[in-house]
Amino acid sequence: MQESILVYRHLFYFKIAVGLVAAAAVAYALHNPLGQPNGGTWLGYTLGGIAGGLMIWLAWFGVRKRKYGVGKLPLEDWLSAHVYLGLAVLAISTLHAGFQVGVNIHTVLYVLTIIVIVSGLIGVYFYVRFPRLLSENRRGMSMEIMFGQIAELDREMRQIAMELDDATNAAVLDATQNTVIGGSLIRQLRGRDPDCPTTAARMFVERSETRGHDARRRQLITRIMRKEELVRRLRLDIQLRAWLRVWLFVHVPCSIAALVALAVHIVTVFYYW
Amino acid sequence: MVRGIGLGEACKIAIVGSGPGGLSAASHAAKMGVEHVLLERTDHLSDTIYKYQRGKYVMATPDILPLRSDVSFTAGKREAILDKWDQQCRDLNLNVKFKADVKSIKKDNGTFSIALTSGQTFHAENVVLAIGLQGNLNKLACPGADHPTVQYQLDDPDLYEGETIVVIGAGDAAIENAVALAKQNTVIIVNRRDEFARAKQGNLALILNAIEKGDVQCYYNSSPARIEDGALALDTAEGEAIIQCHRIIARLGASAPRKFVESCGISFPNNDPSALPEVSSTYESNVPGLYVIGALGGYPLIKQAMNQGYEVVEYIMGNRIAPADQPLLQRKFQGLGNADVDAVIAEVRRIIPVFAGLNPLQLRETLLDSDVHVLAPGETVFNRNDYTNTFFTILRGEVGIQLNPNDSSIMVKLPPGAFFGEMGLISGRRRTATVVATKDCVLLETPRRTMLKLIQSVDSVRRTLDQTAIGRQVQTHLAPGVPLEALKDLVENAEIVRFKPGETIFRQGDQGDDMHLIRSGSCTVSMRVAGRDIVMSYVPSGNYIGEMALLSDAPRSATVKAAHATETIRIKGDTFKELLDNQPKLKASVEAKFRERIMQNEQMQRRPEAGNIIQFLIDQGVGEGTDVLLIDESLCVHCDNCEKACAETHGGISRLNREAGPTFATIHVPTSCRHCEHPHCMADCPPNAIHRAQDGEVYIDDSCIGCGNCERNCPYGVIQLAAAPDVKFNLFNWLLFGTGPGPGEEMKYAKAHHDGQTPSDKQKRAVKCDMCKDISGGASCVRACPTGAAIRVSPEEFMSVALLSK
Repeated sequence: MQESILVYRHLFYFKIAVGLVAAAAVAYALHNPLGQPNGGTWLGYTLGGIAGGLMIWLAWFGVRKRKYGVGKLPLEDWLSAHVYLGLAVLAISTLHAGFQVGVNIHTVLYVLTIIVIVSGLIGVYFYVRFPRLLSENRRGMSMEIMFGQIAELDREMRQIAMELDDATNAAVLDATQNTVIGGSLIRQLRGRDPDCPTTAARMFVERSETRGHDARRRQLITRIMRKEELVRRLRLDIQLRAWLRVWLFVHVPCSIAALVALAVHIVTVFYYW
Repeated sequence: MVRGIGLGEACKIAIVGSGPGGLSAASHAAKMGVEHVLLERTDHLSDTIYKYQRGKYVMATPDILPLRSDVSFTAGKREAILDKWDQQCRDLNLNVKFKADVKSIKKDNGTFSIALTSGQTFHAENVVLAIGLQGNLNKLACPGADHPTVQYQLDDPDLYEGETIVVIGAGDAAIENAVALAKQNTVIIVNRRDEFARAKQGNLALILNAIEKGDVQCYYNSSPARIEDGALALDTAEGEAIIQCHRIIARLGASAPRKFVESCGISFPNNDPSALPEVSSTYESNVPGLYVIGALGGYPLIKQAMNQGYEVVEYIMGNRIAPADQPLLQRKFQGLGNADVDAVIAEVRRIIPVFAGLNPLQLRETLLDSDVHVLAPGETVFNRNDYTNTFFTILRGEVGIQLNPNDSSIMVKLPPGAFFGEMGLISGRRRTATVVATKDCVLLETPRRTMLKLIQSVDSVRRTLDQTAIGRQVQTHLAPGVPLEALKDLVENAEIVRFKPGETIFRQGDQGDDMHLIRSGSCTVSMRVAGRDIVMSYVPSGNYIGEMALLSDAPRSATVKAAHATETIRIKGDTFKELLDNQPKLKASVEAKFRERIMQNEQMQRRPEAGNIIQFLIDQGVGEGTDVLLIDESLCVHCDNCEKACAETHGGISRLNREAGPTFATIHVPTSCRHCEHPHCMADCPPNAIHRAQDGEVYIDDSCIGCGNCERNCPYGVIQLAAAPDVKFNLFNWLLFGTGPGPGEEMKYAKAHHDGQTPSDKQKRAVKCDMCKDISGGASCVRACPTGAAIRVSPEEFMSVALLSK
């Protein structure tokens, strides 16, 4: 229906970024500085200026995103540009450094930039891939409906278990009371629970050999399995949405750190000139 | 001092009927010292109001009209009003004769003889007939109308307890009865239409509230089919429904006691059962000296009748005083130079046929509601694609309609008396042409609400409007470029048909001998493929359907259903074929469309999922929208930036709920206004605060009083009552220091910081999406979507096959 940010406006911002990187690469190839290429030549300053300017502009995205009802371009333009020009920063800053690394503040900035860009790339992957997975997983059902169905299944499961032996009853009770959906960040990101009481209850009922209650047991197992499926889908939903957010916890602080490092980098370069 | 008039003596004025009109006339006569007699059939004054249900709150509408009478009247309880009148009647020494049931009124030698059923006769020089209509109640037209369980009046609702009672009717009386009965009974109200359009605003709120709370159950779009012992059969939109009940109360209004009135020598303008006698501007009938005031003269409201009672006595005494609303109209007509109000009204009646059928009071009221525009040649009245929905009539001068968007010199000229703008009014869509003044002209612009009321209550307005509108709609949408004369035969044989939501217009396999032009609403076309109905397309108003069977002389190739309430113009097949034979150009274009449809159907059969999407969107009511927010779930990252943007551009309150609402395939319909063609919210707004802007945005202005009617009337739950938050989001405080609420977070922040109480006890007002009409650059929700998942679409574009088969 709609197009994704990657192909937005027929790759308009991708083309700009490619043009920029190509120009920088050509200039780098043609440039013949005294000694080793580095940030101190005229081209180095130019590339550094471009990369630094871009970094500040890229960080401004966080502000622009929250400035509502202003600006000529929709936010989708900004995000598309943010992605491609952000990638361009990686190439331009590498050229700016003349492929030199060392143990100093400049390399800290370079490493931070890489972390920001790589985390951003991961974010792009999530943004492009996960919405469809989320939508397919929900199949038009809202979370409330799924939770409602689980509550109904729990009630039925307890009712059936009442007629069965104590051990089964206890397993079912555990499944209805102690199945956690969501929970801590780590749990959310994992999206599954290896010790899930619902799964344990199903396995227990499948193994147990209660005589005479076959019909009841079959009913119980189908209900537990339906609940398992719903729990799995809910956990996947929560997991996907958690990943859609969690990368920002790396991306945003590191970009702020990178801005600080950028300021230090610029000051030290000019201070020790 | 007034002389008491005895039998045999001729008084100056005899007044028949002691309702508000008659009472006011008698009091003014008494005040002026004129010999009079007031004849009342019952043993008390004002029987109609006396028979109002006990404790009824009597309203004093129209508010704008000043009261002019020697007896007082303000809105209040029935008992208080009647007591006051009895008191004033005694104080003024009125000459009232109770139990005086008038049998006949005859005029000989300039004097009227008024014979009573008791055998007595009174004589008078002038007679004022103020008998109202309530002596002649309308009855049900279905079998069983006289069944003992049916009653046409209700005196005291408290007399009934624990019964199931069906109230039939949608007027004020029906609503008041239903709500009062609901206190101790199970009450069902039956409304022939889909809204309570005839009721006063206060009653409207009352009944909607009662239905909302479940006190009264309502059957809309339903009418009684028959009455049997203990049950009522109803024709509803979903088929027949049988309601078991103890009692049926039908409040269907009343009509003139025609036989009696005619026996007095008064003539009626036509044979219409709802017709009323014609009177002059001094309320005099065709019999000199015999005057008609109040409901019988077409003035059903208490205040109007009382003013007339006062005025008629003045007229009889030879004083030509001006009506009470004269100064208001005077101001309205200021732009017309030194025009006299009566002269302008006479001119309107003479020149404008649509309004000619209104009684003088309806006309005055309509003019009070309307705006008078004086335009110079070249000035634009409105532009093509404007989203305004007022109705224009030409009083003087001439306007030109630019039918061709590419060539503004091609114009159809409209002379004085013509009207335009009715297409927007009927279809609820954008203006189909630009209209400019071509000479100095005077136009009357009448608001949508006033026109809808007139269309509903005055048959002649609807008929005149429909006749012309059919011609124009056929010309605009079906046969552009064909002169109206060539369409005469087709238009005369065409008729307007109404369909309920989901009703079938025609079925696949039926023999088709006519076609339909959709004038309002929209339809879905579906075909049965491999035993399953597949929706082929969505057809909005302004398109025609059913021509395929006509052209190919084959049975219907598809089923067409109304997507929501729809009106079509049914065109007879032979007249259409004849037209095509005479108009080769038109024939070519219709055949081109025919081929296009066949191809479209082929395409859709290969892609049934696109049809499913159309069906899903129609089920969600998207079909009646004009601008709908949709979310492509394959792109949505659930960041809620759309909601935050909405809140932050609208005083902190989001008008959309992204997560809520249904999803089909990857299309999600969030809870957000669709700006319906005929907005449900607009149906009943007491301060008339809901408008449609030029670009189609339906918005609520600052005059909202927070009554909640629109919130209740919206079937999509997109209106909420809210007060602006106290703490505003500040980006830098929040981003850098973590203080204050985040974007769109007012409520959560307030909860955390004010012990769960929302900090505001300000007046709540209705808020809804206004499509960011006050912000340049378009809807904030869409602009703030980082991934392009949020889109705003018009249904006809979105549901076009070309887009869906992408």
